[in-house]
Amino acid sequence: MSAYNSSEYRRRQKKYERRKALVAYSFIAPNFIGFAVFTLVPVLFSIFLSFVKWKGGAFSTMEWVGLGNYADIFKTAKVAEKGLGYLFTKVDLGIALKNTLFYTVVTVPLTLVCAVALALALNRAVKGAVGFRTIFFFPYVASMVAICVCWRFMMMKDGPINQLIMAMGINYNKSWTADSGMAIWSIILVSVWRNMGYYMVIYLAALQGVPKDLYEAATMDGANKWQQFFHVTLPQLRPTTFFASTMMIISCFKIYDVVAIMTEGGPGRSTKMLVTYIYDEAFSNFNYGIASAIAMVLLVIVLIFTLAQFSMEDRYANN
Amino acid sequence: MTQLVQSKNAGVRPSPTYIVLKTLLYVVLIALALFTLIPFVWMVSASLKLDREVFSYPIRWVPEVFHWENYQLIWSKVPLLTYFKNTATIALLVTFIQTLTSSFAAYAFAKLRFPGRNTLFICYVATIAVPWQTYMLPQFILMRSMGLYDTLWAIVVLQSFSAFGVFLMRQFYQGIPTELCEAARIDGLSEYGIWARIMLPLSKAAIATLVIFTFVGTWNDYMGPMIYLTRDVNKTVQVGLRRFIQENSSDYHLIMAVSVCSLLPVSIVFLSLQKYFIQGIATTGLKG
Repeated sequence: MSAYNSSEYRRRQKKYERRKALVAYSFIAPNFIGFAVFTLVPVLFSIFLSFVKWKGGAFSTMEWVGLGNYADIFKTAKVAEKGLGYLFTKVDLGIALKNTLFYTVVTVPLTLVCAVALALALNRAVKGAVGFRTIFFFPYVASMVAICVCWRFMMMKDGPINQLIMAMGINYNKSWTADSGMAIWSIILVSVWRNMGYYMVIYLAALQGVPKDLYEAATMDGANKWQQFFHVTLPQLRPTTFFASTMMIISCFKIYDVVAIMTEGGPGRSTKMLVTYIYDEAFSNFNYGIASAIAMVLLVIVLIFTLAQFSMEDRYANN
Repeated sequence: MTQLVQSKNAGVRPSPTYIVLKTLLYVVLIALALFTLIPFVWMVSASLKLDREVFSYPIRWVPEVFHWENYQLIWSKVPLLTYFKNTATIALLVTFIQTLTSSFAAYAFAKLRFPGRNTLFICYVATIAVPWQTYMLPQFILMRSMGLYDTLWAIVVLQSFSAFGVFLMRQFYQGIPTELCEAARIDGLSEYGIWARIMLPLSKAAIATLVIFTFVGTWNDYMGPMIYLTRDVNKTVQVGLRRFIQENSSDYHLIMAVSVCSLLPVSIVFLSLQKYFIQGIATTGLKG
């Protein structure tokens, strides 16, 4: 009797558990099915694609080439023969890497300095602080195409920016985006202008979190404003700075929109970026395997910075 | 300390260096605000000029005559209304599907126990780190084989199921005490009932953040529509503007007029809901 009871109980318990799990799956399914089909499968598929040669026709035309695509984009044979300099001056991938890296290395610190300065200024009792904050943040929500084409016009030969520069006595009258030396700077300028307000908001939130008694203690110890800034504010902002810079590095490596609208990667290859390169190979030249191999290079770079961010977050959380 | 602050504020007069520094601060802030706003001012100004006036020397910020007819002209030059309709359709659909499904899934991840929960969640977290640009091509191949190429649905499904939404909502739901759900369960509410009557009303702030970011992100998206939408009837404002630029490359005044129009909807959304934007970034700090 008791054996019957306990097995009956167990059966019911099991049935109950199963129903509970089914309910839970029903919550997740609508999102997960869409996510699995349109994100998870393509992610796995892209790894596979980087090992095949394929022009996008029938699946039967796919040809397994192993690491061939990687050897192709890095031009390993030529580079082995002519040295690493060849990679960064002649090979598309090397140039794209070099441009993207240069863009990142200049944009990130510039944006951070502007963002910190703005946040510090607005963190005081300033009249119209909300108005200023709105203005500085606005470029971030404005659509790329409109603002980029506007900047491109303003940087044209006879545009207002060159007029200003000439008035300052510098003799420069070319279109920025058509000058291979200046084109990348035009992209950097627009990026800093657009993103500084966003990071300013992040810094404002961080400044609000700095304990007030730290400043009191510093004042008691006779520290002046500069000393307070360097010994209290900056160290307190370190986790935010780390977080903001890794986030920005990652988004810099993914740059596409600004380049596509302002320079289309030119003149020549002077503003060719990793994503511009992927796009061209994928959607203009239909070299699906090559495009996927470049995509993997981008993925590896982004993953390195993401992992760094995760591990540092752990460290800050534990401290 | 309060006394100190009070005495400082009530002090007879601030020191001269304080006044100088404060003035300097305002000068810098106003200069930076001008730097931020000038492209928008120039855009509006150019949109009201004749094309030969746009690059006049020296520059005129206020046009001699306001050519409002530019704004009439553009509607006959490009199917702007169609672009607006398409973009609004996509943005609304994406925002709706994204918010609904991710808050639904996030409830299960945050408050229910079931086998495979962690594995499934790790799938989401892992793909957050993968840039869309690395799998846009296989996604394109997949969608083309499903017959979604050059349809608005392509952009809808592309944007609707982001891991970010689930992540954000789960974070928020974890902050809501589990006791609340247990109490409701004892009172006989089903899980769906708990989600609808307790979790949803409590998560208004998180939903507002998600809605705004999804809406603005979808409205401003350029690369997705550029890859998928080729026929004019399907184009969004962003790719439509791009087409207009390519076809009328020297009609600077008209290009600027279309640009101003493309900025208006997001500007209105931003200005009316900016509190949620700022809060959303400050609390989540995500979405670069």
